Amino acid sequence: MHIAEGFLPFSWAVFWWLVSLPFLLIGMRSMARITREHPELKLLLALAGAFTFVLSALKLPSVTGSCSHPTGTGLGAILFGPWVMTVLGSVVLLFQALLLAHGGLTTLGANMFSMAIVGPLVAWLVFRSLNSTGNTRLAVFAAAALADLATYVVTAGQLALAFPAASGGFSASFLKFGSIFAITQLPLAITEGLLTVLVWNWLQNYGQRELTTLQQLAQKA
Amino acid sequence: MTNPKPQQRAQHNWLLVAGVLALTIFPLLFVRGEYAGSDGQGQEAIETLQPNYEAWFEPLVELPSSEIESLLFSSQAALGAGVIGYVIGLYRGRSEGRNQTDSVSKSTCSKPKDEPSAL
Repeated sequence: MHIAEGFLPFSWAVFWWLVSLPFLLIGMRSMARITREHPELKLLLALAGAFTFVLSALKLPSVTGSCSHPTGTGLGAILFGPWVMTVLGSVVLLFQALLLAHGGLTTLGANMFSMAIVGPLVAWLVFRSLNSTGNTRLAVFAAAALADLATYVVTAGQLALAFPAASGGFSASFLKFGSIFAITQLPLAITEGLLTVLVWNWLQNYGQRELTTLQQLAQKA
Repeated sequence: MTNPKPQQRAQHNWLLVAGVLALTIFPLLFVRGEYAGSDGQGQEAIETLQPNYEAWFEPLVELPSSEIESLLFSSQAALGAGVIGYVIGLYRGRSEGRNQTDSVSKSTCSKPKDEPSAL
């Protein structure tokens, strides 16, 4: 899902930066509020950040015969709500853009929008709507997997908007990018869902105190 | 909502790990492909859609080789895994410590004749 440095036309690069910046500011405020009111949650915040760090570094093989990586943003969004992951996801993307020549500064706005904004939002919405049915682990799985997939669908959409096909325009282009990104991502999304449930199970066993605090936070919001 | 007992959950965890391994190994065994990165394929698709498009900005850092790239990627994963292990380990140690003090305080509160069975 990393759009490479310089691979969005200037106007689109600026556009996605402008779209993403307000979300980043909301995220920073939300994170500052959580750490101020509940400093004991900082460790769990580190866990959520570390999870994205690991998962976005793993390039896994897929059934399409190509490789891609999960995003790991679902877990943090399920725990802390959608905004905190905007900050943590952006930190990961910035790290990769600066040190790994993966993604880029000009395309950071667009990559932030797909991985650090839409992904966490999808995770949070899916988790909230499925959790009320009572099967929490299914809700965690679906939230993480769909966030992963949504991120790649957004990337395909961003590229199709910037590079519409000469014949067929946006939709032809979207199909092309979608077949590269979204289909490759299907098994990886399942993998991410399973790994997120794994960490969730650990937290259920050993981190009940934090989970209860987070539940109270979510109810207040 | 009823949660499964810790022991059941541990079994589920092995199933989860097995699922991840199966999903990762299956394509390598049954699908022939170059296993190139989808990010790179996206870039190629741009080049076929707009052959005269040129990247207008270069990455600030040029990695000298793919070895260095894999070093950085594995460092990223290692750092993250270290933090996850630290946090979960700390939580686990904390809850086990709490269980121990719980059982100690219970056994000291109970009547003397119950003590042998608590040991």
